Amino acid sequence: MKIARVIGSTISTIKSPRVKNTKLLLCQETDHYGDQELGTPYAAIDLVEAGEGDLVLTCHGSAARQTQLTKETPTDAVIIGVLDHLEVDGEITFRK
Amino acid sequence: MLIAKVIGTTVSTIKEPTLEGRKLLILRQTGVDGKPIGKPYVAVDTLDAGIGDLVLTAHGSSGRQTDLTQNRPVDAVIMAVIDHLSVGGEVTYQKE
Repeated sequence: MKIARVIGSTISTIKSPRVKNTKLLLCQETDHYGDQELGTPYAAIDLVEAGEGDLVLTCHGSAARQTQLTKETPTDAVIIGVLDHLEVDGEITFRK
Repeated sequence: MLIAKVIGTTVSTIKEPTLEGRKLLILRQTGVDGKPIGKPYVAVDTLDAGIGDLVLTAHGSSGRQTDLTQNRPVDAVIMAVIDHLSVGGEVTYQKE
């Protein structure tokens, strides 16, 4: 699972019928402080009503298809949780 | 499987329902000496690992081959806590 920030949303009229009613958000992987950007942005299906600016956890690969909403859909990334805080070495590194 | 050090914890109130009650820890991949390399990532803890522990994590669909993660959106799981590592007959890491 990756720590990522929701940086935007996608709108698409033409999409695979199986992902028709899903919300696709744009995510940017970050470090465990939630500030340094890592890698390139990617899209993930939102399962938890995340919003822009939220720090979230995303799950990848076949794991992304283990939910009611994404079962047997062409999906390889889902947002599985909104992060309230992160703690590293006993110190809070991120707080919502 | 990757060798990784547990560096922190995550707290998230809103999460995918099947992941409620699961402990999600922040890890960083390390070399055989326990020194960090690479990006941080998050895995489900099935063994009550603690901060500072060196562990092994299984990735992809293998991450769902435990009772706690089966049929859930999980792509990384802690499946062993390392006591020591040896390479070429020399101990490169010893748990304190």
